[in-house]
Amino acid sequence: MTGPHSLFGPLDPAPDAGYVDAPSRKGFFTDTSVCIGCKACEVACKEWNDVPENLYEMLGTSYDNSHSLNANQWRHVAFIEQPAGRSSVGLPPSIGDAAPSRDSVDLGMPTLGAAPTDVPDDAKPDFRWLMSSDVCKHCTHAACLDVCPTGSLFRSEFGTVVVQDDICNGCGYCVAACPYGVIDRRRGPEGDPKVGIAQKCTLCYDRLTDNQRPACAQACPTESIQYGDVDELRERASARVATLHEQGVMDARLYGNDPDDGVGGTGAMFLLLDEPEVYGLPPDPVVTTKDLPQMARRAGMAAAAMLAGAAVSFLRRTP
Amino acid sequence: MAEAHPVGFQWVMEAKKRGARIIHVDPRFTRTSAVAHQHVPIRVGSDIAFLGGIINHVLQNELDFREYVVSYTNAANIVSDKFQDVDDLDGLFSGFDAESRTYDPTSWQFAQEDDDEDLGRAQADDAGDTAEQRNTASGMQHEAHGMQVGAKPPRDETLQHPMCVFQVLKRHYARYTPEVVEQICGVSQEDFLAVCQAWTENSGRERTTALVYSVGWTQHSVGVQYIRAGAILQLLLGNMGRPGGGIMALRGHASIQGSTDIPTLYNILPGYLPMPNAEKHQTLTDWIDSVRNPGSKGFWANAGAYGINLLKAYWGDAATAENDYCFDYMPRITGDHGTYRTVLDMIDGKVKGYFLLGQNPAVGSAHGRAQRLGMANLDWLVVRDLFEIESATFWKDSPEVATGEIVPEECRTEVFLFPAASHVEKEGTFTQTQRMLQWREKAVEPPGDARSELWFFYHLGRMVRERLAGSTDERDRPLLDLAWDYPLHDEHGSEWGEPSAEDVLKEINGYEIATGRPLSGFGEMKDDGSTLGGCWIYAGVYADGVNQAARRKSRHDQSYVAPEWGWAWPMNRRLLYNRASADPEGRPWSERKAYVWWDEEAGEWTGKDVPDFEKKKAPSYRAPEGSDGVAAIEGIDPFIMQGDGKGALYAPQGLIDGPMPTHYEPVESPFRNLLHGQQGNPTRKEYRRADNPMNPDPREPGAAEVFPYVFTTSRLTEHHTAGAMSRYVEHLAELQPEMFVEVSPQLAEERGLEHMGWCHVVTARSAVEGRVMVTERLRPLRVEGRTVHQVWMPYHWGQGGLVSGDSTNDLFGISLDPNVLIQESKVGTCDVRPGRRPTGPALREYVEGYARRAGVLGDGGNAVVTASAEAQQESAAAQQGEQHSPQQQEDQ
Repeated sequence: MTGPHSLFGPLDPAPDAGYVDAPSRKGFFTDTSVCIGCKACEVACKEWNDVPENLYEMLGTSYDNSHSLNANQWRHVAFIEQPAGRSSVGLPPSIGDAAPSRDSVDLGMPTLGAAPTDVPDDAKPDFRWLMSSDVCKHCTHAACLDVCPTGSLFRSEFGTVVVQDDICNGCGYCVAACPYGVIDRRRGPEGDPKVGIAQKCTLCYDRLTDNQRPACAQACPTESIQYGDVDELRERASARVATLHEQGVMDARLYGNDPDDGVGGTGAMFLLLDEPEVYGLPPDPVVTTKDLPQMARRAGMAAAAMLAGAAVSFLRRTP
Repeated sequence: MAEAHPVGFQWVMEAKKRGARIIHVDPRFTRTSAVAHQHVPIRVGSDIAFLGGIINHVLQNELDFREYVVSYTNAANIVSDKFQDVDDLDGLFSGFDAESRTYDPTSWQFAQEDDDEDLGRAQADDAGDTAEQRNTASGMQHEAHGMQVGAKPPRDETLQHPMCVFQVLKRHYARYTPEVVEQICGVSQEDFLAVCQAWTENSGRERTTALVYSVGWTQHSVGVQYIRAGAILQLLLGNMGRPGGGIMALRGHASIQGSTDIPTLYNILPGYLPMPNAEKHQTLTDWIDSVRNPGSKGFWANAGAYGINLLKAYWGDAATAENDYCFDYMPRITGDHGTYRTVLDMIDGKVKGYFLLGQNPAVGSAHGRAQRLGMANLDWLVVRDLFEIESATFWKDSPEVATGEIVPEECRTEVFLFPAASHVEKEGTFTQTQRMLQWREKAVEPPGDARSELWFFYHLGRMVRERLAGSTDERDRPLLDLAWDYPLHDEHGSEWGEPSAEDVLKEINGYEIATGRPLSGFGEMKDDGSTLGGCWIYAGVYADGVNQAARRKSRHDQSYVAPEWGWAWPMNRRLLYNRASADPEGRPWSERKAYVWWDEEAGEWTGKDVPDFEKKKAPSYRAPEGSDGVAAIEGIDPFIMQGDGKGALYAPQGLIDGPMPTHYEPVESPFRNLLHGQQGNPTRKEYRRADNPMNPDPREPGAAEVFPYVFTTSRLTEHHTAGAMSRYVEHLAELQPEMFVEVSPQLAEERGLEHMGWCHVVTARSAVEGRVMVTERLRPLRVEGRTVHQVWMPYHWGQGGLVSGDSTNDLFGISLDPNVLIQESKVGTCDVRPGRRPTGPALREYVEGYARRAGVLGDGGNAVVTASAEAQQESAAAQQGEQHSPQQQEDQ
């Protein structure tokens, strides 16, 4: 199935993109079980990458006032307050929801990674406050990059996906293509030179080339954000889940670590303590260009059939 | 801790990774609770009941570290049989003088082996002295002086004598049962016992527990006693002077430890030397003897050298033996000159000018309205800060401008705002909670006219001295004689260069005047004027002419104690009183916790750290009869700065409000004291005035209806204290853009509050508004059989900055701990109402309406002494015939 330049399935993206002697693939492992929600990652990212203000608005979603990943927010810390007897799927942040909490409803959503076994309710903590720092996933198969008509988005030698501001023409194809809703065109503030330009995490490409860790990982006080070789991070993530399971934290599971998932595994993977939807992450993302070859083939066949039909119609007219 | 000290909290997370269990005791569920194994919600202001409960648990179940307790604490000391405890006197200790609301602590003293003749001078404080000590926050001085108790009180090492400290303590806390803790604190017995178990099981020979606290403990009218309760527990469990143990204060921002060591306080000088008192310290000898306390044990015996070195550092060649080293130049204190007293004096027109350096009292201090009205009544005000903060703009945009109390056109205060260099724009040291100094280089030049404090004060001094040059006025001598000659980094060859901070550090360290050789430690300080040094405890930071604070040897290249990273006072000791890490014979308590021990062969103390003990003094050393000072410290006395060398489970002196912590309700509380008739701390410092009303006592009719809820405040991770360093910075301001009020869903329902709608919180001082945050992180507690709702607010906002809002500290009144004069700004009572507060003059009418209904309008306030009349009489009677005025005391 997976061959060179495949649009899905496991592969090492930098060599696949044509790099010879590329360094090993780099990425993040974000362990949300030790995140303390300090937002140092958000601030360090903005400082290093000169990302302007996002919004000055109190949102009421617990302590999250950044809303989501967007062109002015390349790291985003989600805060989820879970009341006792919580629903594990599809529950919006409980803030403001003074009504009694609802029972779990099975939405039939698929699960990812090492799904927890059924945890008895009385083994679950009474009240939880989950925090998680989200970021661009730097997919193995990055739809944003595949659809970019200008070549502004490119695969770096580290296997990451980076936007070149001076090439982007602001067409926005990438925005629709991203299965995680990460990349976005900058809308403001007024006068910012990059308004209209697609923006997202570069995994601090300009630090990596200097042998430095990305700013967010450097700033994280609790090693919730870990940077390193993706292969090694995947092992570390699996070991961490195993440790947490041993300690009785049966909710722990990984997200994005599976090379056989819909995006070929991500360069930025996560250890979560609940279903991905709880954190605002899609449960089973699939690269939007996955079916492109097949679509192309089918379109080709259809075109050929139409051509053939047309030719036949002409043949028939031949006396 | 994760909220306010996220960087330090990384080590808690590291411990968790290694299997540590984290229990978080806090009124609300915070970012710390989120990663803790257990969250124990507690009623604000009830911590002594909680800690007292644990002490009781330890004593009743004999879980104390007995050998440590007998040898290293004053558990065996016999207390005078004149002492009467709070249970006998309705919440008062013996010796209470209702008029001055202070104690004569004579009856608290240890028993004497001989007759009254032996009663040491140091033990003979009376209520008059105590009132004086309260005004001058002398508890701060005791921070390093230790107790000056007699060196040899009678002891019963079986701990059976009914008046031995151990038994007194046991009786004192016997009422703090799990049931009582549940009643007072609102903590379930199950949760409480889990904490007891975790703490005690993690203490002993093999394990130690560290206690870390912050202003949630200190900012109370019984703040010092909170810490005392923690200290008693740590001593009982053998957690002091041992690796992994101790009590650490997490300070509010970088180098608050440093600003206590080299103080910005009115009552102490560098190295915890007392600020001379106008009455008591007429001569250099008076001053030094007040520190040295002839007859006591310990290292303060050398105080003469420390004081004289400081005077030599100030006045250089002008300071000679003949003129008492310019001691007469020193300013004197005459009473309470604390920050709150000063603010009230400003309102009263008694203060002309004021310097504010990196402080924003208009937002950050209790009773913001008083702060701003005070500053609006000065001749001049100098503000040095990174941004144009509220304390510089109050005259044109404060809430009092809206109410009409400050009229910009008429405000008489001339404000001089100077841009200040930030910590990365200047060189110097930070001293952290472990007393470790870390040098930092200047990373970038400050922008524009921004300059360091060092630059500002050096050049201010230089210019004032130039103005005064040639003056023959005697009063100008102290300024003109100052040694004011610091080398400048003068890149531009101008007289306006930046003074060398390293040179200042060298002067603080001290040096031999004739040769300029830096001192290697305070032991080299001489009292003959041949050496000088600005802060005796810092002596050694520049040993060998090397900036020891700048050392940065990797922890991977040295022992885990990391002695070559920075420098810790005193003498680079990383762990104070570490003699206690070995048993009385000098052997480590356990292999696992080996730290400092006696090497019999070498005949000296050795180990992983610098021993905090005389190197050659054997564990078997016993003091010869009649010895004092250092010679009186025995081989089994680890607490070498205390007058008896022992850790103080019981403090017969040094504390204004009692020898043992006892539960008092906060000044504002909806509950009556369950244990005693005495409601709050009877000795607290109060300023009874019309502009400082306190919410009423729960005994007052209607009090519970007017102010039914409890509120507390703290920080958000996203902001820094009064907001000057975060509200004005885009990337931080957007993270928490608005003032909000956290309430439980139950309270929201009770008061009709809507999530993200507006509400306002009212006290007798003010009303502040914010967005409503309904969250289960706050939950109502059951206290004394009824439900109490607690409200939480951050205190970061003011009218300035990129994000603005009402200032929470406006809600607090001024009511202080008697020992160190810290304000009670972590607990109060309030009302919460939906919608926004009134604006303009209507705000004052609204707040006064509340005060009127509560019966505290005018100079209203609660009765402070509420113990029964009989108890008051009996307490006072304990001292009959022993009342002395301070003057009589001097004459003895």
